[in-house]
Amino acid sequence: MSSRDDVVVVGAGPAGMAAAARLRSMAIRVTLVDEQPAPGGQIWRNLEANRNTAVGKALGSDYAAGAAAVAALRGSGCSLRFGTQVWQLEDGQSDADWRVFLKTAEGLDMLPASIVLLAGGAQERPNPFPGWTLPGVVSVGAAQILMKSAGQIPAEPVWVAGAGPLPLLYMTQLLALGGKIAGYLDTTPRGNLVAALPHLPRALAAWRDLRKGIGWLKVLRRSAVPIVKDVAEIAASGSDCLETVTYRPRGGAAVTVPARLLLVHEGVVPAIHVTMAMGCRHDWRDDQQCFAPSLDGWGETSRAGLYVAGDGAGIGGAEAARLRGEIAALGIARKLGKLSEAEAGQRAAPFRRALKKALAPRPFLDALYRPRPEIFAPAGHTVVCRCEEVTADQICRAAGKGGPNQLKAFTRAGMGPCQGRQCGYTVSHLLARSLNSSPGEVGFFHIRPPLKPVTLGELATLEVEEATP
Amino acid sequence: MQNAEVVIVGAGIVGSALAYGLARTGCRVLVLDGEDLDFRAARANFGLVWVQGKGPGMPAYQHLTRDSSDLWPAFHAELCETAATAVDYERKGGLYFCIGEDGFEARRQALHRLHNQPAAAADDCEMLDRRQLEGLMPAVPFGPEVTGASYCWRDGHVNPLQLLQALHRATEKLGGAVLSGQTVTRIEAGTLGFQVTTAKGVFGADRLVIAAGVASGDLARQVGLDVPVRPQRGQILVTERMAPWLPLPASGLRQTSEGTIMIGATQEEVGFDTGTTVEKAGFLARKALRVIPRLAEARLVRQWSGLRVMTPDSYPLYAQSESHPGAFVLLCHSGVTLAAAHAGVVAAAVASGQLSESLTSFHHRRFLKDVRQAV
Amino acid sequence: MFVRPFKSDARTVSIVIDGETVEASDGEMLAAVLLRTPPFYARKTPVSESPRAPYCLMGVCFDCLATVDGLASVQTCLTPVRDGMTVERQSGRRELSK
Repeated sequence: MSSRDDVVVVGAGPAGMAAAARLRSMAIRVTLVDEQPAPGGQIWRNLEANRNTAVGKALGSDYAAGAAAVAALRGSGCSLRFGTQVWQLEDGQSDADWRVFLKTAEGLDMLPASIVLLAGGAQERPNPFPGWTLPGVVSVGAAQILMKSAGQIPAEPVWVAGAGPLPLLYMTQLLALGGKIAGYLDTTPRGNLVAALPHLPRALAAWRDLRKGIGWLKVLRRSAVPIVKDVAEIAASGSDCLETVTYRPRGGAAVTVPARLLLVHEGVVPAIHVTMAMGCRHDWRDDQQCFAPSLDGWGETSRAGLYVAGDGAGIGGAEAARLRGEIAALGIARKLGKLSEAEAGQRAAPFRRALKKALAPRPFLDALYRPRPEIFAPAGHTVVCRCEEVTADQICRAAGKGGPNQLKAFTRAGMGPCQGRQCGYTVSHLLARSLNSSPGEVGFFHIRPPLKPVTLGELATLEVEEATP
Repeated sequence: MQNAEVVIVGAGIVGSALAYGLARTGCRVLVLDGEDLDFRAARANFGLVWVQGKGPGMPAYQHLTRDSSDLWPAFHAELCETAATAVDYERKGGLYFCIGEDGFEARRQALHRLHNQPAAAADDCEMLDRRQLEGLMPAVPFGPEVTGASYCWRDGHVNPLQLLQALHRATEKLGGAVLSGQTVTRIEAGTLGFQVTTAKGVFGADRLVIAAGVASGDLARQVGLDVPVRPQRGQILVTERMAPWLPLPASGLRQTSEGTIMIGATQEEVGFDTGTTVEKAGFLARKALRVIPRLAEARLVRQWSGLRVMTPDSYPLYAQSESHPGAFVLLCHSGVTLAAAHAGVVAAAVASGQLSESLTSFHHRRFLKDVRQAV
Repeated sequence: MFVRPFKSDARTVSIVIDGETVEASDGEMLAAVLLRTPPFYARKTPVSESPRAPYCLMGVCFDCLATVDGLASVQTCLTPVRDGMTVERQSGRRELSK
């Protein structure tokens, strides 16, 4: 096993697939790992199975566009490991620079690699509100995954609450499949558009993307979907499952409607769990209200040999992810000595130009969809840590003595199976508020392994040499 | 104008128990704590309030441990009442599982040796063979290699994070102050007492206690004390919550009141490295599964490590400065078990300005003596 | 909660959820099946025994946990259905396995 030049790519979305195919084209040994059963990431989820189906058609051209990337991956000679989760990364021994610890249905495994490229994408921004843990409250992203992977749509007219391009896209896809929408509670703060206008000229470089969004809005209006704008607060109620939704437009009175299914979404944020666990340096991105790993021009983190490409580097969409994947692949090839500095720079130049163009609408979109403040300061009785059922009140009461990790120690927020994926941001925001500071100053939970839950029995099978210090 | 009668550097388990004990007597205390991501052994603790097996070669430690354990129930009740917060604590005895006949015999001999030490208590520890162990906990599915356990009725366990929070709250309720983000950089002695400088301010006090764990070395030197302390890493595993099935804690395996299973711990000399290793995750998992094979399907939720505050003989270090009267250093890696003693006899000693007779065995001079003898 | 008007080409298989036989497509996501099978939730939480249904469907919320073929706390959103799979919705804190 010659593993010296192996690259392990984690994530088979647009960035991971582009990077893997590009690396293969330079005769670099690549293994691509993804926990899903097939390539595509989230945006192109289940793409191969949806070809030439009603669902595939309804999902639109952006979805279909993934076919080329998937085909390129399949033809690249890349070693593919689906249904495989990465649960830890460690400094390698003499065999390689990295040890990538994997978990599959068959048990645990380990891949040595010189370079690891994380292309795990994004997750939806946690948006806690009263009742968000009730059965019947599902994220818009989840609903879209159901559509893509299972051809499932809401059984009854569905309520949608949130902001951003994804709810608009989903609703048009749902209507195309014959689904019904009870109403759209648009939580985009009314003042955002005005704040976003200065960025519009730059965004016009990607006018096709903007036109798409306008198209979705038109479809909604044509379908007479009731739209309530500038919704400041939402709450879900019910005893064992969702029964009603209460919403309050900013400056208006609360309205309660019966509901059995509520889909929610407040933007996406880079998945930082792995880079945080690896001790990488992160920057607080005030424009996108999230942490993102600090990366050099090739996508390398502050840990040598660990790269990030795609939405995990910063939210940018599928095309930007693809381009970041290309650039990272060239940077990795340069690192491995397959390309000279000059060659790598030359080959990366057109990708960098295209990336700049693909990211052109970001400042406008980030300003337009800047999350409303209520998300970061949920009502006191709101469950903030879903796993340990810790409320905002409990967190605020414990705030004031130390940072997020002290807060975790004292409230148990962040100690459950999700290890802070759903509550980390809210805790940092609440703490920042109590200290009159920013999440960037306050910091985040200390993330520890396992990155995915493994059983004690699986761990017991590991026989690993101790890494010499 | 002094900010407090006593400034304590470090709001970990040792510093906080001391602060609570002092505040309890009406002493004005100020605790200066560091940053969120400091080493913080107090946040990595296993949670045992433990007596069995402790103190070979140091009867004074056996004695102190036992006394603290006996004080713990009253300490706990009063703390919870003062802090108005719950701290999960049980004292129903504890176990040390023995693997194989050799393991059983080795444990029996070790405890016998301890039993023969001058300060040993009669009969708080006994060996249970396999049959007796099963009789004690009939529903626990022990693995075939478990030959028995040593049982000590004095042992117990506590939620160490709730304990820490309660100590902070109680200290504040009693008029003390606990300030975070105040890493101490300089200590100066003057006619009015001590002046302590942090990144954010300057604080004055009549007396000073350094309880900053593995970060105490530099600070202790500033008050004329050269204390030998080193970090020793311990890694711990914690599982998802489970329905209660393990009624008694063991050293290395216990079920918390939330239902999670804690498995620990390693003893590694790796300097100030608070990382975790896959190798030790496997080691700890195997250790637990030898005792309870049916834990195989339990899911690991988190693995962490802490740096034990380790002295050369592993026993507490209570030192008072001669060059800087009124300055003390308190260091140990058993701060949870000793919390009651720290809040009691040790706080009283600090308040009086003098380490009492019973505590002089713990002075760091004992290490210097060894060095001189070795030379 | 959800319905499946667009069944895939994959063959139909049978799984058992809490003793009830349910039809599914071979290889589809188990959480998707839970979201179209009353009472729709996957588990009752260990902290307060509140019902939770799958929420994110991408492995980051851990609310979709159920016991699958005897193994507890399985993320059903990452579990492809197989013929004859047995699923039990979890209730409260899980037991030490049998």
